Amino acid sequence: MIGGLFIYNHKGEVLISRVYRDDIGSQIADSALFSSSSLRHSPVDAFRVNVIHARQQVRSPVTNIARTSFFHVKRSNIWLAAVTKQNVNAAMVFEFLYKMCDVMAAYFGKISEENIKNNFVLIYELLDEILDFGYPQNSETGALKTFITQQGIKSQTKEEQSQITSQVTGQIGWRREGIKYRRNELFLDVLESVNLLMSPQGQVLSAHVSGRVVMKSYLSGMPECKFGMNDKIVIEKQGKGTADETSKSGKQSIAIDDCTFHQCVRLSKFDSERSISFIPPDGEFELMRYRTTKDIILPFRVIPLVREVGRTKLEVKVVIKSNFKPSLLAQKIEVRIPTPLNTSGVQVICMKGKAKYKASENAIVWKIKRMAGMKESQISAEIELLPTNDKKKWARPPISMNFEVPFAPSGLKVRYLKVFEPKLNYSDHDVIKWVRYIGRSGIYETRC
Amino acid sequence: NKNSCVEAGIRGICVGRCKSKEAEIKRINKELANIRSKFKGDKALDGYSKKKYVCKLLFIFLLGHDIDFGHMEAVNLLSSNRYTEKQIGYLFISVLVNSNSELIRLINNAIKNDLASRNPTFMGLALHCIANVGSREMAEAFAGEVPKILVAGDTMDSVKQSAALCLLRLYRTSPDLVPMGDWTSRVVHLLNDQHLGVVTAATSLITTLAQKNPEEFKTSVSLAVSRLSRIVTSASTDLQDYTYYFVPAPWLSVKLLRLLQCYPPPEDPAVRGRLTECLETILNKAQEPPKSKKVQHSNAKNAVLFEAISLIIHHDSEPNLLVRACNQLGQFLQHRETNLRYLALESMCTLASSEFSHEAVKTHIDTVINALKTERDVSVRQRAVDLLYAMCDRSNAQQIVAEMLSYLETADYSIREEIVLKVAILAEKYAVDYAWYVDTILNLIRIAGDYVSEEVWYRVIQIVINRDDVQGYAAKTVFEALQAPACHENLVKVGGYILGEFGNLIAGDPRSSPLVQFNLLHSKFHLCSVPTRALLLSTYIKFVNLFPEVKPTIQDVLRGDSQLRNADVELQQRAVEYLRLSTVASTDILATVLEEMPPFPERESSILAKLKKKKGPSTVTDLEDTKRERSVDVNGGPEPAPASASSTPSPSADLLGLGAAPAAPTGPPPSSGGGLLVDVFSDSASAAAPLAPGSEDNFRAFPKHPRISAGGSEFVCKNNGVLFENQLLQIGLKSEFRQNLGRMFIFYGNKTSTQFLNFTPTPVPRCGLDSLTRTHLNLQTKPVDPTVDGGAQVQQVVNIECVSDFTEAPVLNIQFRYGGTFQNVSVQLPITLNKFFQPTEMSSQDFFQRWKQLSNPQQEVQNIFKAKHPMDTEITKAKIIGFGSALLEEVDPNPANFVGAGIIHTKTSQTGCLLRLEPNLQAQMYRLTLRTSKETVSQRLCELLSQQF
Repeated sequence: MIGGLFIYNHKGEVLISRVYRDDIGSQIADSALFSSSSLRHSPVDAFRVNVIHARQQVRSPVTNIARTSFFHVKRSNIWLAAVTKQNVNAAMVFEFLYKMCDVMAAYFGKISEENIKNNFVLIYELLDEILDFGYPQNSETGALKTFITQQGIKSQTKEEQSQITSQVTGQIGWRREGIKYRRNELFLDVLESVNLLMSPQGQVLSAHVSGRVVMKSYLSGMPECKFGMNDKIVIEKQGKGTADETSKSGKQSIAIDDCTFHQCVRLSKFDSERSISFIPPDGEFELMRYRTTKDIILPFRVIPLVREVGRTKLEVKVVIKSNFKPSLLAQKIEVRIPTPLNTSGVQVICMKGKAKYKASENAIVWKIKRMAGMKESQISAEIELLPTNDKKKWARPPISMNFEVPFAPSGLKVRYLKVFEPKLNYSDHDVIKWVRYIGRSGIYETRC
Repeated sequence: NKNSCVEAGIRGICVGRCKSKEAEIKRINKELANIRSKFKGDKALDGYSKKKYVCKLLFIFLLGHDIDFGHMEAVNLLSSNRYTEKQIGYLFISVLVNSNSELIRLINNAIKNDLASRNPTFMGLALHCIANVGSREMAEAFAGEVPKILVAGDTMDSVKQSAALCLLRLYRTSPDLVPMGDWTSRVVHLLNDQHLGVVTAATSLITTLAQKNPEEFKTSVSLAVSRLSRIVTSASTDLQDYTYYFVPAPWLSVKLLRLLQCYPPPEDPAVRGRLTECLETILNKAQEPPKSKKVQHSNAKNAVLFEAISLIIHHDSEPNLLVRACNQLGQFLQHRETNLRYLALESMCTLASSEFSHEAVKTHIDTVINALKTERDVSVRQRAVDLLYAMCDRSNAQQIVAEMLSYLETADYSIREEIVLKVAILAEKYAVDYAWYVDTILNLIRIAGDYVSEEVWYRVIQIVINRDDVQGYAAKTVFEALQAPACHENLVKVGGYILGEFGNLIAGDPRSSPLVQFNLLHSKFHLCSVPTRALLLSTYIKFVNLFPEVKPTIQDVLRGDSQLRNADVELQQRAVEYLRLSTVASTDILATVLEEMPPFPERESSILAKLKKKKGPSTVTDLEDTKRERSVDVNGGPEPAPASASSTPSPSADLLGLGAAPAAPTGPPPSSGGGLLVDVFSDSASAAAPLAPGSEDNFRAFPKHPRISAGGSEFVCKNNGVLFENQLLQIGLKSEFRQNLGRMFIFYGNKTSTQFLNFTPTPVPRCGLDSLTRTHLNLQTKPVDPTVDGGAQVQQVVNIECVSDFTEAPVLNIQFRYGGTFQNVSVQLPITLNKFFQPTEMSSQDFFQRWKQLSNPQQEVQNIFKAKHPMDTEITKAKIIGFGSALLEEVDPNPANFVGAGIIHTKTSQTGCLLRLEPNLQAQMYRLTLRTSKETVSQRLCELLSQQF
């Protein structure tokens, strides 16, 4: 279990320190002769010295120092570190840290040193609530917001207190009763990031999509929802009844490798019927997360051409082709072509967008605002090199790409989202539903 | 000026303002790209901007980023005439240019120009660069030049100073490259130079040179003495710049005193008198009230004083001075300053070994004991322990040992083991009666059992066995000590051993009847580790012999499942064998087999060896030697080992007496096919090793000076094993041979916890006297990684090609730096001619036909020799196969004889070999006959094979 949680700024100064268990305080006691007061802070110092100020950049998110494990995530210049002496489930700790970031972002926006310093009372209050003796508790933003507010101490009446207690300890801890909206509305976002590694010859070396279904619900009462998508298993199950439907929709269905759900989803129902039914929390939440590896639509194809002309010159030509319906528009396209470390000058010509040599990043960055499907564009560059006495050959790092497309590269489609509220008198038809697909690039690289 | 330039670099880069590491890297990438484009640009850069960019590159490098360009620009700066540009150029080169760069010629040229320039600042820069790089290449290029500058009459003082230090640096890195010539005599006269800076630098140089070539610099003694006396007698204001807090030239004084420590006391009475006068003056000055309250004043004064005391100790000839030094140190023992107390204790340690001052040191015993008890710093307490050990003699041994014992209970963990060893040695060396000795050691085990190493209790047992007058007392004491409910395992070991040997001496007392003794020991049995239990089993079987009445009880114990079916092989085997022995053998046989141990041969105390090992070879050893010489006549007990002990290993004494029994080859006889089973002997030897305390032979092999250890003849018949082992290093071998080619994997294991640096093993083929012109063996290796981490192992592959037959095995020279010292190890590599043996099968008829063909008297070699090992047929067979030849069965009419055949492959020729080995069991003799087509081959093979039986 988590023994303590610390938040540092980039200098390694501790902004937030919350210790849940005593065992993490004493581990460095045997080695150094510290007074007892500084002992308490020794794990704090250990992390600063060994990770934040480490000579080599620490790349592993888990660090073991003096038999104590430090799990950290970094948000801009802020380090969040969970500390434990026990053999804890690392995935759980990271899940908690991400959740913690989400909660903080929901309360005060961007996680920055300034914001953390301004909200430190709130953060301690949150930490008291979402971790108990190191065990993660309810971290649902919507639920938390009902009793942890930024308005300072609000004295609650006995009634309210008992209501909060019954809600937090009840069966549906993530939604309170008596919510009312004039307009029942819900938004569904399918957010995917597509990852690719391609050989220079155009062979896919590895590709996968990791996606999230994020939902924003403004519904009255305690509605029961049912979510349907083109999951292969569900389609096939239904297909058993009607054979012709299988052949029609078989191509449309996708194979989901693995997925996780928000706590509101009834897992027993998913296990038995593979149907996703739930009572949603109020406001924004992440309904599910999934990963697919088969039949991925690759939105862009990068064709690199690198020619070394003698020891002092390099010619690079890169073609990108968009590979989706011409009616759709990709946005925020950025191609990053790495240059050798001894580059002394670069000339670039591109057909579309803007390209620039960024010396600080050792790369040529080519930006295109918009690009329709089934199009093609090209950039060519001449790189001048300074002869060095280093005999090392240039390693030719891969060309990477960033973009945003308005469809799901995995092929996922939302088939339906039904809402039932038996107690109040609105039906599925009265709810206004919005669905949006966004496909982004994850690590999208082509070797050259 | 330099600062402004570096500042410009920083201002240009503004790294200080970057918020995060990422931002810094971005900023630096951008700057590097800018500098690259500037260097690449078409128009030539002017000197200032070149300097600026080179300086920026240097700064970026120092921030920890890689720089792989700009070297050429830096070299260009060297030829500039402006000081600042030249300086940045030199700075860049001494930091960034490595020795195998192509630019090194250009750089050397620039340095040569500057050295010849007669401009003192340029010369200074060049000399600093040479010294800072200090590589072998630099030494090769300039080792001839620098001495000339040093002794040239018209060189400026500051340049002379730099040149002296530069030469010192070159001499330290590659002493072989610095030529000794007529300049040496002129360097000595620099001690008379007007400029004290030059004198200081020259003294450092001369001290280092004199350590290697004392004869050449002998004249420096009188000069140093006169210089020293001028400094010492000068008033504090005389030396102006070189007076440091009212102490005249303390650094120079210390260096001069160090220089004098390279030589014995001067023979010329005038010089000697003057030196004594100096030393007296220094000692007198220590008594004067301090001229300043500043700590620097007393530090400088004491530095000179301590160096003077070391010189007095080094000369060890003036009783008067020695006693004065001792008294002075005595005052420091109670000084407020911890460092002073430490240094005083340390110096006194060496004083205690001088015969003149030993008594004077002894007067401080109470202060030292007090220091041991009250001192807060553990390192000071450690020195106090050392001093007590050094000042101990017969008169105060009882007191000191008692003090050390009482201190042991509260001692710091890090020094406990050493105290234990020291107590053990002192108790043994100055024992008036051995009862006291036994008491002390048992006390020691009781107080600090964990820190009592094996050697200590081995030694107790050796002594108890060798002196019959203490045996009864020892048995009684250990019996009483064992009564304690919780006793340390070492005590159980001692108790088990002593009761097993001498339990009968106290068996008359009904309180310690045999059964009581047995039950007492057996009550501890289950709490002990395996080796101790094995020892106790041996004790039990000895009891069977000593007290027939407990035989059934002991047999029951041995028969128990926990012994007879113990998971540990050693315990199980002992239980089975002892049980059989006790049931089968008659009392007579039992009495013979389990007779009381014979006295041990006297030799160097194993504890002493252990202590030496712990302390490193230098310090304790000489102290020990001198002390021992004094104590020989006083104490009959532990005679010092004869000096030749290291060359003739004393017979390994087997304390348990039983080690030999299981060591005999009781395993199944090796199947005739398996050549690998040849090493049964070495296996059994290693199995017996944990029982045999004689393992200190290992310690003795600790080579202080390179000595070729005889690459064992045990490798003749096998290809894998441990070739060499000492305290630092273990060398293992794995080899394979095919026809005239072979490959050997050498594994170097670092046994210590610290790194070996500059680790260079080089196998060198040795040429026999018969042919200096050509090599018989070709060896090819790749260099190994020069650093070997503590506990790590590195591997080296040696490819071997045998060109023609040879007799001398190649030698493996290993050099490395461990701690501060260079270690040199040379081992013979076990590559012998028979490794290139290919077995040939042939029928009886063929064999005798060929045998007759080779009847020429030069082709036959015969050797008749006595068997060194038991004559076992199977082992002999295995050895012949391991030797490399085929073993031909049913060839010889006499089945007891062994016959073999094979071909020796070399690159130039192939030699057929036939061999015949005729054992004579009655006479324990062998006759070995070899017939080959080549005389030298016959000779060599016969030699090799004869050693094996």
